[in-house]
Amino acid sequence: MIAIVNYGLGNVKAFANVYSKSNIAFVLAREAAELRAAEKIILPGVGAFDQAMLRLEQSGMKETLDELVLGRGIPVLGVCVGMQMLARSSEEGRRPGLGWIEGEVKRFTPAGPRDPMRVPHMGWNTIRPLRPSPLLAGLDQDASFYFLHSYYFKSPRPEDILAVSDYYGEFACAMNSRNVYGVQFHPEKSHQWGIRLLRNFAGI
Amino acid sequence: MLRPRIIPCLLVRDKGLVKTVRFAGARYIGDPINAVRIFNEKEVDEIMVLDIDATAERREPDFGMIENLAQECRMPLCFGGGVKTSAQIQKIIQMGVEKVALSSAAVENPELIGEAAERVGNQSIVVVLDVRARPRERDYEVWIKNGTTPTGRSPLEMARRMEKHGAGEIVINAIDRDGVMGGYDLDLVRQIRGEIGLPLTVLGGAGSLDDIGRLIGEFGAIGAAAGSLFVYKGAYKAVLINYPNRSEKRRLIGDGYGGPGPAPAAEERG
Repeated sequence: MIAIVNYGLGNVKAFANVYSKSNIAFVLAREAAELRAAEKIILPGVGAFDQAMLRLEQSGMKETLDELVLGRGIPVLGVCVGMQMLARSSEEGRRPGLGWIEGEVKRFTPAGPRDPMRVPHMGWNTIRPLRPSPLLAGLDQDASFYFLHSYYFKSPRPEDILAVSDYYGEFACAMNSRNVYGVQFHPEKSHQWGIRLLRNFAGI
Repeated sequence: MLRPRIIPCLLVRDKGLVKTVRFAGARYIGDPINAVRIFNEKEVDEIMVLDIDATAERREPDFGMIENLAQECRMPLCFGGGVKTSAQIQKIIQMGVEKVALSSAAVENPELIGEAAERVGNQSIVVVLDVRARPRERDYEVWIKNGTTPTGRSPLEMARRMEKHGAGEIVINAIDRDGVMGGYDLDLVRQIRGEIGLPLTVLGGAGSLDDIGRLIGEFGAIGAAAGSLFVYKGAYKAVLINYPNRSEKRRLIGDGYGGPGPAPAAEERG
């Protein structure tokens, strides 16, 4: 059973659609009790960092998630802002993150007005895995994913970086430390590549 | 490498899908949800849905329709039409829409952009600037309220202002080219593209994939949006939802293209 954390932010329905079509059992968890049967957890997220952390705290699920992820080692996948929430802090906000993976979230900063880098990073981009992982199994070098973000995960531990993408330099687009996974892109909106990744996660 | 985005833009009136010419003469095309389902199968890069009457009729956004669209879309969705408050924007984002498009509301009240960005993040705030050429002055002017009200402001001035207030994307919509299918207004794009630090999407005028190819050829990773091109086929404008397939896209974009679509080996074997 995959629990999709439904704290009022992020497209839980898009994840539900993918798992329904794949005949994989899931629950949209609105409260702590609905997380209890979880064997995997998806933490979606869109919007601003502080809003997302605040909503998660208000949902009453944060303590249970800490216990499931850190105490019991349940695999968790943070998506977009959900991945950024795995860090200790973000330049976008003042609230502390979950701190499940070492690192902080930084803003993309163009060098000046003539820098061709546009922020946000918006659209389809390829990824380059740095080490083999069941999460990225079967995704060849053509695999593309939809990105929509102005901030990125900065990790002090290279071994935690699962894959990078190139946007005027490389940044970590997939993270993994122990049972904690995160992807900066939106697999739920990335057609067959994203479906493959979400099925992979279900099988971890 | 970040790829250019090729984006169908669907117009909605009375819950039906319509297509206009120069913002007038809306022709009924079909059901928006059906269109979304077909675009799902075609694995489009992104989709934009604009309710063209909501602001002019002073209506709230149609939240029921938005929720249906969000649930159906397997691609990123940008919704616009009648959105006036940051609470509405937050509600739409929470329904699973990736981006909300503002037009009249952002032009009349740019502070709205910053307020909304604080709740949902800059990346989800899109400002659509409807632009008409002023032939005598040889320049352009931004119009609001579905092309009924001039603002006296140039698109570049307005785009810069929207960027300063925290917008995450600018869509330049050329009213004179809407539904005409004679090509994008590349001069208009040239005036803005290098002057702002935001992603830019161009709408209005695409009549063929070659028009999209020309836009991408000159401007690289830009958003190429189109309405008529992706809902009509042939000289008589028969309604037929269409979208470039993988090899057509590769031709338009060049070697940077890596998907989505079936794996190339499988396709090229056939």
